[in-house]
Amino acid sequence: MSANQFKSPVIRWIDHRLPVFSMLHHTAHDYPTPKNLNYMWNFGSLAGLSLAIMIVTGIVLAMSYTAHVDYAFSSVERIMRDVNHGWMIRYIHMNTASFFFIVVYLHMFRGLYYGSYKAPRELLWILGVVIFLLMMATAFMGYVLPWGQMSFWGATVITNLFSAIPYVGESIVTLLWGGFSVDNATLNRFFSLHYLMPFIIAGVVVLHIVALHRFGSNNPIGIDTRGPQDTISFHPYYTIKDVFGIAVFLLLLAVVVFFFPNAMGHPDNYIPANAMQTPAHIVPEWYFLPFYAILRAVPDKLGGVLLMFGAIAVLFILPWLDKSPVRSARFRPLFRIFFWVFFANAIALGYLGGKPAEGIYVILSRVATAWYFIHFLIILPVLGMFETTKPLPKSIAEPVLGGFSSTPEQAYAAPRRS
Amino acid sequence: MVKPDTNKKSASGDAKDPGRRDFIVVATYAMAGLGAAAVAWPLIDQLNPAADTLALANIEVDISKIAVGQSITVKWRGKPVFIRHRTADEIARANATDVADLRDPQVDIARAEKPEYLVLVGVCTHLGCVPLGQKTGEVKGDYDGWFCPCHGSHYDTSGRIRKGPAPTNLEVPPYDFLSDTVIRIG
Ligand code: HEM
Ligand code: FES
Repeated sequence: MSANQFKSPVIRWIDHRLPVFSMLHHTAHDYPTPKNLNYMWNFGSLAGLSLAIMIVTGIVLAMSYTAHVDYAFSSVERIMRDVNHGWMIRYIHMNTASFFFIVVYLHMFRGLYYGSYKAPRELLWILGVVIFLLMMATAFMGYVLPWGQMSFWGATVITNLFSAIPYVGESIVTLLWGGFSVDNATLNRFFSLHYLMPFIIAGVVVLHIVALHRFGSNNPIGIDTRGPQDTISFHPYYTIKDVFGIAVFLLLLAVVVFFFPNAMGHPDNYIPANAMQTPAHIVPEWYFLPFYAILRAVPDKLGGVLLMFGAIAVLFILPWLDKSPVRSARFRPLFRIFFWVFFANAIALGYLGGKPAEGIYVILSRVATAWYFIHFLIILPVLGMFETTKPLPKSIAEPVLGGFSSTPEQAYAAPRRS
Repeated sequence: MVKPDTNKKSASGDAKDPGRRDFIVVATYAMAGLGAAAVAWPLIDQLNPAADTLALANIEVDISKIAVGQSITVKWRGKPVFIRHRTADEIARANATDVADLRDPQVDIARAEKPEYLVLVGVCTHLGCVPLGQKTGEVKGDYDGWFCPCHGSHYDTSGRIRKGPAPTNLEVPPYDFLSDTVIRIG
């Protein structure tokens, strides 16, 4: 849309000199979107909303939070008891972190199922994995801030992962701590970084969107859009669909915030940090459990750490592991089965990560860990070579309109201007 | 699926008979606005003093040690409060002033529960400096009360503004006498 199509003369004046309105309009209004997107395409906007909620509530929490080992725990308790609405703001921050991960996991599984990581969207996918890594770092450091027992011991265990690195490991850990154990210096730098990283995430999200709009959204049948008969404008069709998703999301979030605010947390984090005593059973936040299970499955310190990071590293090279030219699982009967096996396996890893590292749980963790890597490193490349895929429709419009799709004028034109 | 709407009236609506779609759009925006306001309020209200801050909002002061003609300064809600044990002469002068001449007309008895004790928030009503006149030897201004050095406001023996840029009298905080010798401020 050209600038002079805006009604307000003020907007026109500004846009002529600083085309922010055209850019916004182009991104969130005109943007031609495949007409067949299903609800799995809602999770991107929900992730964006989650990030916004985290930043707003986080900035507010930081106004009453004290990053010092002697005051951190009581400053959080003061937020809970004395600061106006502080309990609600903190519960929103805590639980939106969990919801953020739920949303992002679903967003990623969507990508896996519909082959959204394939050419030409490899960089889009990689930027997504970068966001995921940054989120994990942010959430980890945020969990340290209330300085409860889980904060302290989580920080100790996770930073100690780096001690597995040969030769320099110990020095790296000392560097991370700024001392000889997790202490005040650690808490201060974690607070600083916890404040910073969400804004870095927001920056990467912008790149993610730029990459998305280069080729447009993928869609449930995974074939390219061939022209206007295959797309509808983002506004109002997908804005309203996203708003509906947001309403459902906020409703569920409100139920958890107001009725089960601590369901996804660990009660031990309401015990002030004690460097002299480790809780009997230490577990990370639920969203880290699958990776934690992989870490513990390996009976070797360095091996466990490498495999855990490897579990994320394979996501980076996924676009080159799965060589099948067909994107959507709808037309890949074998891949589809393996996808669901992988999904169940991921849930199983999460379950096992929360169990004590003993007996049958260790054995099952090893099987599930092995399968995680077999899926990416063996199944996907092999399927790409040998799988017989189902015939693809000629266009997005075709399955709906039959033969008419070839003549764009006859395809039902959703009103493009109303 | 949506077909291009041929019924112009219901699609675009007009002022007298808004179409159903217009109603839905307006209702949606209204609900979103309400929701946004409901969310904004707690985020703004958290800036207000917290419960523990409010709990410290009143103090008790023993005034039995203040000799006639002397003042003490105590801290209340982070601000100085002046408590002056006034001389008979100061009380008489405060009462003798013609209220009609004042910028912020107020009689002295309305400003002191017991005339001997004047309790004031020691913050200049101009731009917030602490006026001089508490300690012996400090400038007390042309009216023998307090003088604000920042921009030259003169207050009288009742803490009323007499000269200079300040718009109103020094504020009297809420207080009461718990006994003859103890007052509670706040
Ligand atoms: C990607 C976005 C973010 C994620 C995933 C995240 C995650 C977390 C988590 C898991 C906690 C621990 C909750 C608890 O048990 O108390 C936390 C606490 C905290 N976060 Fe964030 N956060 C994010 C953004 C922010 C931002 C932008 C700020 C602003 C500076 C912030 C400030 C805080 C503060 C002050 C705490 C400690 C208070 C508390 O424990 O509730 N966070 N964060
Ligand atoms: S602040 Fe006292 S005269 Fe300006």
